[in-house]
Amino acid sequence: MPVFVVRRILQAALVLLVMSVLVFVGVYAIGNPVDILINPLADQLEREQAIARLGLDKSLWMQYWAFLSGALHGDLGRSFVHSTSALGLILERMPATLELALTAMLIAVIFGIPLGLWAGLRPHGIAGRTIMAGSILGFSLPTFWVGLMLIMVFAVMLGWLPASGRGPTTLLFGIPVSFLSLEGWRHLIMPATNLALFKLALLIRLTRAGTREALLQDYVKFARAKGLSNARVIGVHVLRNILIPIVTIIGLEFGSVIAFAIVTETIFAWPGMGKLLIDSINLLDRPIIVAYLLVTVAMFIVINLIVDILYSALDPRVRLAEAKG
Amino acid sequence: MAGEETPARRIASDFIGNPLAVLGLVLLALVIAVAIFAPLISPQNPYDLAQLDVMDSRLPPGSKALTGGTYWLGTDDQGRDMLSAIFYGLRISLSVGVMSTVIALAIGLTLGIAAAYLGGRTDTVIMRIADIQLSFPAILIALILLAVLGQGTLKIVAALVTVQWAYYARTVRSAALVEKRKEYIEAARCLALPPSRIVFHHLLPNCLPPLMVVATVQVAAAIALEATLSFLGLGLPITEPSLGLLIANGYQYLLSGKYWISFFPGVALLITIVGINLVADQLRDVLNPRLQR
Repeated sequence: MPVFVVRRILQAALVLLVMSVLVFVGVYAIGNPVDILINPLADQLEREQAIARLGLDKSLWMQYWAFLSGALHGDLGRSFVHSTSALGLILERMPATLELALTAMLIAVIFGIPLGLWAGLRPHGIAGRTIMAGSILGFSLPTFWVGLMLIMVFAVMLGWLPASGRGPTTLLFGIPVSFLSLEGWRHLIMPATNLALFKLALLIRLTRAGTREALLQDYVKFARAKGLSNARVIGVHVLRNILIPIVTIIGLEFGSVIAFAIVTETIFAWPGMGKLLIDSINLLDRPIIVAYLLVTVAMFIVINLIVDILYSALDPRVRLAEAKG
Repeated sequence: MAGEETPARRIASDFIGNPLAVLGLVLLALVIAVAIFAPLISPQNPYDLAQLDVMDSRLPPGSKALTGGTYWLGTDDQGRDMLSAIFYGLRISLSVGVMSTVIALAIGLTLGIAAAYLGGRTDTVIMRIADIQLSFPAILIALILLAVLGQGTLKIVAALVTVQWAYYARTVRSAALVEKRKEYIEAARCLALPPSRIVFHHLLPNCLPPLMVVATVQVAAAIALEATLSFLGLGLPITEPSLGLLIANGYQYLLSGKYWISFFPGVALLITIVGINLVADQLRDVLNPRLQR
């Protein structure tokens, strides 16, 4: 197990390094930020001063080297636009994104697993078919369009919920959160539901497929033959076995929820990392784009690692295979 | 004439037996027909500025045009008939989705078969790249590529191909690895057939069923991704308004209650994606040996 973890961490560090080169070269090869960031009325001297200040006069390799040595000291460059630390800006926005993503995932899990179980137990019943049809719809609905329609119905037509922004925040362990107040929830619920829909559909389908396959297995037949109650067969024997792939997917999908939050945050003007990324792409604020990517990649790698460890904790068979291998 | 049970027939009869799958096929056929015949059935050419009248801008659905005729789905901020704009937008969305899927399929198929057939280092390198790529969400990769490449139809196709090829490579490789060990491949090898013949005539056709399912799902995913990117302003240029861009255009008018500019293009997008996904769902059930009766 420790060998496995160490190997995974080394591999992760390599991926991070390769990504940083690719992203840096890619992002720093586009456009000319000088044209965008410097006042067009500025004279030649002012322009040169600005270029030197931003470090844009050095060769690409020098720029990368400065970036890399900075990154190892926790400094991912300064935003061209905001003139503050890029990493600082990202970290400042991160709690809002994490709050949104976690709430969305929670909604997907709370509704997805029971609905999927129900559909899997009665695949040919009316409820089962309705749930499945609903999940196909959830899969097919483009997230951004659903967001617009939610705004149209709940904010414009009914006027129940605010159309955009985040509610007032309070500090919880030093992290600003908005889910402690009613006003915070009023702002949170619509974007979180929007973000949850796709994962909800995914979880329903996954749980349903797992349940259908598990019901045909010998251990379920044996449990029934032993005369166990239906609730115990499903709650313990079926659910325990299908939870393994589900936990993996929940973990892996959390990263994609954070990525998809880019869209939801843009629609609902939610002040998270995703909206910052889109704003930065539009302004060609390259240090922020690079910092966002590296932070996200690092998050993904940590998530994947946690999922792997959880996986082996949930399924003894994985541990056995690991020990043999 | 009572025909024998051929795979094509079995699939056809399974399709007819499932009303949702039939609905999917009908929706899909409708969408494709509209996309192909858009210039013939549209009331207006939405790109011909001479046919647009700014006096007609932002009219609600069902309004009468100054020149006679009715805007069944209303007009946008430039006085463009939404119905026509949607027909043309569907054409663009669909062609971008299909084009990128075909290219990605070709690349993924080649690399996947090569990985499975050659094995060794080729296999390791190709699959490691695919694995790393698949561990990142498609939207993130596409977004960054477009931030780097800039806008344009070819660029968005390139971005969609980049995010998709790995799905095909992985699917083909796993199918090919299973098929490779079967006796008919061994028999073909014993007959000293050239490797190209073994790969293209024997191995490839037997790897196609799972690939069909993945390709169908991926067309829908590509269309949705393109729409999302265009909505964010990073996709197609304004001169080629796909459905995503039409929806984005209506975004600013949504808060004042002018819902139709965003609503109807979204419905068209939804119909397209639902149609494709319903067909894909049925294909998956038919081709899944684990659910075989």
